Amino acid sequence: MVKVIGKAILSGNEAIARGAYEAGVHFASAYPGTPSTEILESLALYKEVKAEWAPNEKVAMEVAGGAAIGGAISLCAQKHVGLNVAADPLFSLAYAGVTGALLIITADDSGMHSSQNEQDNRHFARAAKLPLLEPVNSDEALRMTKWALKISHQFDSPVILRTTTRVSHGKGVVTLSEREEIPIYPYKKNFEKYVLMPSNARKLHVVVEERLKKLKELAESSEWNVIEDGDSEIGVITSGVSYNYAKEVFPNATYLKLGFSFPFPMEKVKEFSKKVKKIIIIEEGDDFIEGYVRQLGLSNEIIGKNILPYCGEMLPEVLKEYLLNEKVEKKTINSNHILERPPVLCPGCPHIGIFDAIKKQRLSVAGDIGCYTLAALAPWNAMDTCICMGASISGLSGLMQNPMLTGNNSVAVIGDSTFIHSGITSLIDMVYNNRKGTVVILDNRITAMTGNQQNPTTGLTLQGNNTSQIDLEALVKAIGVKWVKRVNNYNLKETSDALREAREFDGVSVLITSQPCALTEEVKRAKKYPFEIDESKCIACGACLRLGCPAISKGESGKSKIDPVYCIGCGMCAQVCPPKVQAIHKIEKEA
Amino acid sequence: MKTTSILFAGIGGQGIIKASSILATACLNSGFDVKQSEVHGMAQRGGSVVSFVRFGEKVYSPTVEQKTADIILSFEKSETLRWIDYLKSDGFLLINDYEIRPTSLNYTGKTYPERSTVESYLKEIEYKFVNSTEEALKLGDVRVFNTILLGVIAKKIESISIESFHKAIELSVPSKTIQMNLKAFDLGLSL
Repeated sequence: MVKVIGKAILSGNEAIARGAYEAGVHFASAYPGTPSTEILESLALYKEVKAEWAPNEKVAMEVAGGAAIGGAISLCAQKHVGLNVAADPLFSLAYAGVTGALLIITADDSGMHSSQNEQDNRHFARAAKLPLLEPVNSDEALRMTKWALKISHQFDSPVILRTTTRVSHGKGVVTLSEREEIPIYPYKKNFEKYVLMPSNARKLHVVVEERLKKLKELAESSEWNVIEDGDSEIGVITSGVSYNYAKEVFPNATYLKLGFSFPFPMEKVKEFSKKVKKIIIIEEGDDFIEGYVRQLGLSNEIIGKNILPYCGEMLPEVLKEYLLNEKVEKKTINSNHILERPPVLCPGCPHIGIFDAIKKQRLSVAGDIGCYTLAALAPWNAMDTCICMGASISGLSGLMQNPMLTGNNSVAVIGDSTFIHSGITSLIDMVYNNRKGTVVILDNRITAMTGNQQNPTTGLTLQGNNTSQIDLEALVKAIGVKWVKRVNNYNLKETSDALREAREFDGVSVLITSQPCALTEEVKRAKKYPFEIDESKCIACGACLRLGCPAISKGESGKSKIDPVYCIGCGMCAQVCPPKVQAIHKIEKEA
Repeated sequence: MKTTSILFAGIGGQGIIKASSILATACLNSGFDVKQSEVHGMAQRGGSVVSFVRFGEKVYSPTVEQKTADIILSFEKSETLRWIDYLKSDGFLLINDYEIRPTSLNYTGKTYPERSTVESYLKEIEYKFVNSTEEALKLGDVRVFNTILLGVIAKKIESISIESFHKAIELSVPSKTIQMNLKAFDLGLSL
């Protein structure tokens, strides 16, 4: 009997980590991505677990899959679009199965709080023929994770656990238990199972289909698929976080809560349909559940995505608007009194230096995923495309098929972590196909956007061990790039000159910026003296404001001022103040 | 018992998530079910941040709907107006008398709202302004301004005992700062 050791308030991500820890997980790998990042960060705190950042999600899943074949209890975690990157091993690991256990976590971003699309990853479970679990809150996330790892071993199958943003980041009460220590299962070479040659894979496909039938039986009787009796007028079928929203709007209805939603429990729905008149299906994302329910040809009236939206979160106010015709009241505040506070680059962000040069040289920019995507907004407006991880470099190659866009007037920008994730092969494509063009690698030596995670350029692992640091110049040269230069991007002239030189080079050129992210501990520790603006000299020309540094604002007089608390002393603003004015200087240390 | 909803609003980096997690822990200490929700990611980059805490016998949704918040704690003066429509007609609003001017003022042509502009929207509402930075400086540590604010709203949350808050603070802040945070909380209670 496992000992219960108390209650705690955990986010869904922390609860998944806790559940995995309690289930005896040995190994975990991931690439950071909102809203999934904290799963690995939380797991890394348990010394019994080996938790690692991988260069990308495909690698993470392959390492975790290898660990599971080798006998370990393992998991990998990613945001929804990360599973696209890992789709190749996903579909094949479904055939190979496991010796130990493999849990694949996908954190979908309903409402796109921090993502480029709103895909519903439940489709992956169906396509790869793997069991799918959808927790409604932290408590279920913890318990389901433990159960999923057991089922994975028992059914010799990877298991997918899907959360959405509010489950991942929302916090709730969970019950903590002790860890169950399970030794790594013995590994045996098994040619027919783990070598996916056609002759073996044909047999394995039959195994997968048989396994699905057994999993369907399990889903029909599963403790995760429950009917909660209530009023017979309305029956709600729902899964994941939508269950909570539905309970707020229809507290007295009869519910079918689907926590184990693929293979789909058809019989359970039939049983449920007899208890209620009208069925309302509430799910975030696509009509995944609804598709199956409609296949049954039930006589009940069925309401789903014919009325509810496919886009965004199924919040209580959305349900009320679409199902009860209760419109949310229009806001009563004059919009002029509500200030825009879009996410901005940080005070002293080193990306400002390079984007100032890009903006002033009026370049077309193939952008990528990271903090620097914010340079697509005012005051830089310095990005033409942002598609997916790594698409800057390859996207530039494609854009240049139009003669209007050339290596002289267009560049690609990509962060260090994104370059490692999936920019390297795009650069190889560029060199191999004899293109002319410039790639700027924004090397701030951290994975910044997701909250400063280590990566192969930083010299540290997730669990804080020292490791080798990738030499980006050597890597780029080895690919065959003939023009490589590293610049101090706090020096605006040096940066601008180097960018111009790179664009003029007849071939592929790579410019690497060298200042670290302003939020890293290294920079915070070395905080320099802030700068200030001499109001008697300032002519209110706005040159410093146009840098877009949040430490600089326009005062009542129209002249600029610098907030000494936010200023990190990078000195970029002093360089754009006109030479005849020179109103910006460093606050000297008082004696 | 009806579910109580509290909304924390402000700017990334003001300690909003910390304050809401202390409240959530206090709710747990007093034996309630509790849900807390915020969205992070892009938000840490100087953007506006909102965090919800809901507690009661059994809580489902982690989010707060318009016109349902029992209490709103606004850590920044102008952010009050973004969220005021979430307050119940008989709710309580606490405003930290503190301004953070966004860079958007440099290009949108808007001006930072005066206190009188903010107050013009609060005619039918029970509200209170507190200059928590000034109060925190009196205690000698400007960083505990958010714990002072938590103390002010704790008075309004009768179902959670002061002991539950004290215990939550002890569990949630670094050990060196426990005494200072307890003092700050008690100062908030007295305001």
